Amino acid sequence: MYENGHRILKPSRPVGIVGYGAYVPRYRLPGVEISRLWAGGAEPPPVREKAVPGPDEDVVTMSIEAARNALARAGIAANRLRAVWVGSESHPYAVKPSATIVAEAIGATPYVQAGDWEFACKAGTEAMQAAIGLVGSGMADYAMAIGADTAQGRPGDALEYTAGAGGAAFIIGPAEESLAILEGSLSYVTDTPDFWRRAHARYPEHGGRFTGEPAYFHHIVEAARQLMEALGTRPEDYTYAVFHQPNVKFPQKAARMLGFRLEQIQTGLLVDEIGNTYAGSCLIGLTAILDEARPGDRILAVSFGSGAGSDAFSLVVTEAVLERRDRAPRTRDYIARRVVIDYATYARYRRKIVMDTEA
Amino acid sequence: MHPARAWRGRSQRYRLEGEICEGCGARLFPPRDICPECQRPARTPYPLSGRGEVYSYTVVYEPPAGYEEQVPYIVALIKLEEGPLVSAMLTDVGPEEVYIGMPVEMVTRVLHRQGEHGVIAYGYKFRPILRRAVTIPSPSAPVTA
Repeated sequence: MYENGHRILKPSRPVGIVGYGAYVPRYRLPGVEISRLWAGGAEPPPVREKAVPGPDEDVVTMSIEAARNALARAGIAANRLRAVWVGSESHPYAVKPSATIVAEAIGATPYVQAGDWEFACKAGTEAMQAAIGLVGSGMADYAMAIGADTAQGRPGDALEYTAGAGGAAFIIGPAEESLAILEGSLSYVTDTPDFWRRAHARYPEHGGRFTGEPAYFHHIVEAARQLMEALGTRPEDYTYAVFHQPNVKFPQKAARMLGFRLEQIQTGLLVDEIGNTYAGSCLIGLTAILDEARPGDRILAVSFGSGAGSDAFSLVVTEAVLERRDRAPRTRDYIARRVVIDYATYARYRRKIVMDTEA
Repeated sequence: MHPARAWRGRSQRYRLEGEICEGCGARLFPPRDICPECQRPARTPYPLSGRGEVYSYTVVYEPPAGYEEQVPYIVALIKLEEGPLVSAMLTDVGPEEVYIGMPVEMVTRVLHRQGEHGVIAYGYKFRPILRRAVTIPSPSAPVTA
């Protein structure tokens, strides 16, 4: 056993990803448009543009489409899922699960666990860890974990440039049916208040530069390093890596700190095109990698959620990916479907304009 | 919409679940339990594919209460590939883009929200069929260390 072998999470029954699906809404708000409104155009935007949900979209609708794509790829009936878990910080209800609506819409009810997970941007991977445990213990053959968000940044705040929308769904199942087999995972969590939103508050608060070294970098780097050490892998053993993407610079710096080349993170680095999709961020990046990966490729995926913690996963792609990936739209199909909007349309779609209508 | 009414229709509304007539094979939507073709009982649930085309449409500028956020929106008759004609809102498409015969697919979206406190009604809408992207590489992704 390796020195830190007790820290790694490995199910007694080998598991992997049997199906995956992404969703990104079609509207895009360019960063220069936000800069024009709030900084006279003087502030260079941290991302080129971000995905914006339409007026009839929310975490539930995005999760449903991602879940349908995952089911299509897995090729299993929805009623074989024993869990549908939705991780998000923007559930449409404060009380009433998103997951029951998603489970009903995909046909997974009623013999299914359903619940909503909350851990800022790592709520989706937290649900994935639980799904690995549920299948890995033999309690279930299939469990679905979703990470999705329609993130809100306060108008004029630095976060408004990046707070995007999108989601991804993963079906965890037996390793022998998987398109990517899990080698192991690791979770690294501390109480670090870098970003938060109090109950009933509309917009989040953050600790400015405090969100960097003690929060994002510390947790991502430790989780990735400890997992690779326990598995005996090195950065050069991975064809791809994907990290949580609050902006373009952070994942690039994390990659360098860990010894990865930028080519390894390029395929999954989507933040410049869709913004920070919070609980969907590194998971949508992982779907974009699975859309292109070849059998035998090894993938490192590391989330980060404020508050704070990281989940790291090491996966090896199988032959099954080649046949399954085209059973549903690829992530790039959604990214290519883009309609640019102005700030006024964005303000309307994101319901920032007070209508005072009660139906 | 009262929550009980939305709840009763959740299978048809969330995932376009219709019925099939065991007598003549007709696919029915919305479910009505009696086949309009042969007048025999038709209670077997049947999941419709959600694919079809725009049969006709109109653009709504003066909405009923609860739909103000979405104006202008398109209400269309969709000819499903299984046969039934369904009335539904279109989404992810502007009035200037839609045309009769446009291929569409079902998605589940917010139909309306009852203010800030009421229930959120989800249900089927139709959008233009998602097209396969031609180019894969990202124009903005970094290529050098």
